[in-house]
Parts: sequence; structure tokens; C-alpha cells
Amino acid sequence: MTDIPVTAPAKAPKTRTGQFFDSDLWWSFKNSKPAIGAAIALTVVILAAILAPVLSPQNPYDLASLELWNAELPPVWMEGGQMPFILGTDVQGRDILSGILYGTRISIFIGLASVVVSLAVGVMAGLTAGYYGGWVDNVLMRVGDVLLSIPIILVAILVSSVAQALLPPELREAGISIVLVLAIALYSWVQYARVVRAQTMVERRKEYVQASRLVGTPARRLMLKHILPNTLTPVFVAATLNFGLAILIEATLSFLGVGMPPNQPSLGTLIRVGNQYLFSGSWWIVLFPSIQLCILVVAVNMLGDWLRDALNPKLR
Amino acid sequence: MTAQSPILTVSNASKEFDVSAPWLNRVLERKPKLFVKAVDDVSFTVPRGSCFSIVGESGCGKSTVARLVTGLYATTAGDIRFSAGSGGEPVRVQMIFQDPHSSLNPRWRVGDIIAEPIREMKLRASEAETRERVEELLSTVGLAADDARNYPHEFSGGQRQRISIARALASEPELLVCDEPTSALDVSVQAQILNLMRRLQQELGLTYLFISHDLSVVRHMSDTIAVMYLGRIVEMGPAESLFNAPQHPYSRLLLGTIPDIHAPHRDRALQSGEPPSPLDPPLGCAFHPRCALANERCGRDLPELLSVGAATVRCHAVEEGRAQETSVSEAV
Ligand SMILES: Nc1ncnc2c1ncn2[C@@H]1O[C@H](COP(=O)(O)OP(=O)(O)OP(=O)(O)O)[C@@H](O)[C@H]1O
Ligand code: SF4
Ligand SMILES: [Mg+2]
Repeated sequence: MTDIPVTAPAKAPKTRTGQFFDSDLWWSFKNSKPAIGAAIALTVVILAAILAPVLSPQNPYDLASLELWNAELPPVWMEGGQMPFILGTDVQGRDILSGILYGTRISIFIGLASVVVSLAVGVMAGLTAGYYGGWVDNVLMRVGDVLLSIPIILVAILVSSVAQALLPPELREAGISIVLVLAIALYSWVQYARVVRAQTMVERRKEYVQASRLVGTPARRLMLKHILPNTLTPVFVAATLNFGLAILIEATLSFLGVGMPPNQPSLGTLIRVGNQYLFSGSWWIVLFPSIQLCILVVAVNMLGDWLRDALNPKLR
Repeated sequence: MTAQSPILTVSNASKEFDVSAPWLNRVLERKPKLFVKAVDDVSFTVPRGSCFSIVGESGCGKSTVARLVTGLYATTAGDIRFSAGSGGEPVRVQMIFQDPHSSLNPRWRVGDIIAEPIREMKLRASEAETRERVEELLSTVGLAADDARNYPHEFSGGQRQRISIARALASEPELLVCDEPTSALDVSVQAQILNLMRRLQQELGLTYLFISHDLSVVRHMSDTIAVMYLGRIVEMGPAESLFNAPQHPYSRLLLGTIPDIHAPHRDRALQSGEPPSPLDPPLGCAFHPRCALANERCGRDLPELLSVGAATVRCHAVEEGRAQETSVSEAV
């Protein structure tokens, strides 16, 4: 009985970043023009939003800095336009560019926060439903079905108007963004839950999970340390696409007047306010925030689409 | 192998799986509940330090027996008992799985995979000792200490199976359940893994419950062999007697399918025939639709287990003394 030892050739262990730049994902990114374009656009938009206090000619929240004789100035390249109001001003003399930069901050914050909240809820619900199956699964998933069968806008309008009615006035302004985040998350956790549940049901049966069960690993650790990391790829794709969707939902709500108030305007609020002046000739008030919203959402969605294809082994 | 006290006693174990359609479909389509009897009234004992093997075609319930023994499934009926371990504590059971690709978490480093049992069961006091133990285990199974830092996809099938073995050994088990540990490997690699497993059995005094569909693999490992067909054990006995004088027509059919270098062109007609669906097993002896010796009684009554020399056989023809008259291959 001779035994031939088999050893792998010694390799320098790779760091996480080293692995990333070696990976198929990076290769696919480098070769996808839409993905690169979207990433650049998104980076610019996000950086500009982060640097809003530095870049903006004006603090749009500071009512004292608004001068009424600057109201409804057109963009600088048009007759009557003047610096520093590159994209013009609104009826209160607020600089459009500054409003957009700060508004993008709010939109991105609400989008991100609702993705984080719905991810946390959805991943936990999906893991639990997929791992335990049976009635736990039935209850969680039927609740999700019911939520998805109601139009999201109605849910959000209901939640935010009820919350606005219930919140004491001094909390209303601070609370509204949190209410928006929760309203959007209430709807979008279901999608993460479905993705994670389906993947969990596949992973749960795999032998590595059973091997871990055999050494007495408790269910919670099995789910978090073994199963969850193996479900993250589709979750990541869903999260990217949902980020775009969340920004849009927030914009819609704000446009309908149940979202961010005009003194804390998101892109949607700016569009709503500007919309009123569209026919009086001050088209710039509504156009530029709309363009910004488009760039933001399209870039996020393009990245999400690319990611979905790049991570789908069947399309490679 | 000296006759020792059994480390494992399985008595009349059965396992049914509920494979019914979802409740709503069942109600709408008026379908009854549907069960697969994957394991039916199986009894055996495994002496300490021996290797007990189960052979049979795909779907006959081998893996289900393995999972019943390790506790991954609960029995529907019957009883699985372990004797006290060598130190008086409960016997530790571990399992080596069939598929080296799905049995290792692709996102964990090999070192963490092997260390998991040690950490979960708190077998070492410190992280340094754990790491030391992992290196020791890697060298036990013929891998390098450096391999701990790599991910499973960087290894070949045979190497992954060594990693699985190292992980199983990490919890210091006395009984290792091996569910077709070599069936996914090349023949040359199979021999290496089997050699390693035999060496480990001798060095560590392990007991094996070894499962395979390949009799030639089992032959070199086993002290006792049980042949399963459609959830039941149809013949069980010492390895040598089973190979030299198989009693049950199905055992003889299986033996006929072992490639024989002395007579490579032997008639292969015996391999024909598919096992019936376990959803709808034949009445009487489940083997009768394929059996050359079947008579009318076989399609009606389930044969009892019968002692023939050192073996136990479940067959009417053996009981009636018809089995030895005709060679099975002629009768087909
Ligand atoms: N979890 C399960 N749910 C439903 N049916 C199952 C389950 N596990 C096994 N079965 C059924 O039980 C029967 C026996 O399966 P088992 O996996 O034990 O066979 P096996 O002998 O290990 O086969 P193989 O050689 O293919 O691994 C099969 O018909 C299978 O379809
Ligand atoms: S009982 Fe009858 S059918 Fe079954 S193996 Fe024996 S002879 Fe064949
Ligand atoms: Mg199997």
C-alpha cells in the first residue's frame, strides 16, 4: 500500500484586492463601455453631492442668503443670466445648481438608507424562510406577496401621510426622511427576501452545510457564516437595481407632495416646485433637476444591468 | 478483525420522504399524499474497528442510511443506537461526502474549513493550537501546511476529498460514515484515497461505515458487506464469502458487473434492466421483475431474512434451494 502524497504547488496567497483585479468581474468591467460610462457618471454625481458644501455657490437652506432680486434668473449663457448662478435661479432666488447638488445628497441618502434597511430585513426574512421552510416560510412569503400586490405608491402615500398626521410638528421635518425610508423599505425588502430564500433553499441542501451541521454548528451561524455569503451575488445585483428604483420612488413621492418638503428639497421636490413655472417660461427650474435625476437613475440601472449579466454564469 | 462489541446498532430502521405536491395542488387535483420509502426495515451492526460496507445501485437508499446514522435525518421507524465511546462519552460520528465540489464551502479558506469542527466543538484552547492542529491534519492526509490559505477551487477532486477527510478527522471521530467518497474521482486517484483511508483506519483505530455502488472499491476495504436493493438489505455477510459465494440473485448480478481482467468479454446481458421506481415498489420481492429465478410466490410474498452460513439472505429461491441449481447468467 503505497501512498503518493499530492501537494499543491506553493502559491503566494492573494489579498482580497489582488483577487478583485484578477477576477472575471474586473475584466468584464474593463471591456464594457456602458458600464465604464455609467460608473464615471455615477462617480461624478456622487462626488459632487458629497462635496456640495464646497462646490455650491450658495447654501440653499440658508434663507438669509436668498435675495429676491435674483429670482428667476436664467442660466448664464442666456440673456440676463449672471454669475455665480450657472444654471439660473428659482422664484425665491435660490441657485438651481446648489439646489441640485444638495437635492442629490438627499435623494442618494434616502435611496441608500432604504436599500440598507430593506436589505437587512429582506436578507433575514429570506434566510429564515428558506432555511426553515414550512409554515415560517409560508407566513413570511405570503406577507410579502400581499405587500407586493398593493401598488407601492399607494403604500408609500399611505405610510407617509399617516406618519405626517401622527408625528408632532417639531418632529415632522426630521422624521419625514425616516418615514420615506421605511415606506420604501416596506415594499422592497420582499424582493431581497425572495432572492435570498430561493438561493438558501439550494444552499441548505448542499453537503458543506450538512457537514457543518454535523459538528453542531447552530442554525444562526449556519445561515450567517455559510449560507449568506453564497447568496450575496444575486442580492448585490438586486440591491443595485433597487437603489435606482428607491431614488425614483422617493422622487415620485416628493413630486406628489408626500415626500421631502420644499425647505429640504430632494430632486423630486425640486421638480415638483419647478413644474409650476414651466409654462411661465422658467423652464430651467424644472429641467436641470430632471436631467440630474435621469443621469443618476440611468447610471445606477446601467451598472445594475451590467452587474447582473456579468455575474450570470449562463451569459458568459 | 476480532469480534468486538458493536459501535453502532441499527434496528429495523425505516425512512419515508414526503414527496407530495404542495397542499393547494393536492386539494385542487384531488391527489393523495405521496411517500417514498427510501429505507425499509434495515438492521445491521457495525463492530468497533471494522469496516461495514453498503453497496447497491443508485437510488437504493444508501445515502439515506448514511444520513440516518449521522443524524442528519430522523428515522420514520426503528432505532439507531451507538455504544459508549472509548472514553465513556458518546461516540463521535463524522461523514465524508460524495461530491468533493459541494462538500466544501467555496468561500472559505481550506484552513477555516478544517478548523471549523475544532472551533465549534472547542477542541483546542487557543487559536495557535487550532492552527497547529490544522497543519497536522493537512499533513496526515498528504497535503502541505501552506494549503490552508487557499480556497477549495484551487484543488483537484482528489485533493478536495483529502480536505474533506481532514475536516472529518478534525473532530476526532470514532465512526466515519463515508458516502461514496471516491465515486467522483478518477480511477488512479480513487486508489490513493482508498489507501489513505485504510492507513488512517489502522493508525487511528477508526470504524467505517462505507458506502459505494462499486463492488471493486468495497472489496478492498470491507470486513462485512450489505447489499441493498430498493431500500432493503437483500444480502449481508463477511466480505470474502459474499465475493466467493454470493447467494442472492441480485448480489450475483452486481458481481457480474465488476470488470474482470481474466474474462473481459464475458456476457454482459446481466447489466440490463433498471431498478423500479421507489415511489411504486413491486409487491413481494422488489427484485422479481428483473430476477431470473422469480416464481409466482416472489411476486406475492416478501421473503424473510434467512441465515445461510455466515450470511443473511432475503430470497425465496435461496430458501427453497433453487438458487444454486441454475447459473443466473444462463437463466437470463
Ligand atoms: N430529501 C429527500 N426527499 C425526497 N426523496 C428523497 C430524499 N432523499 C432521497 N430521496 C429518495 O430516496 C431514494 C433513495 O435515495 P438515496 O439518496 O438514499 O439513494 P442512493 O442509494 O444514495 O443513490 P445514489 O447512488 O444516487 O447516491 C431515492 O429514490 C431518492 O429519490
Ligand atoms: S425472492 Fe424471488 S424474485 Fe426475489 S430474488 Fe429471490 S428468487 Fe428472485
Ligand atoms: Mg447517494
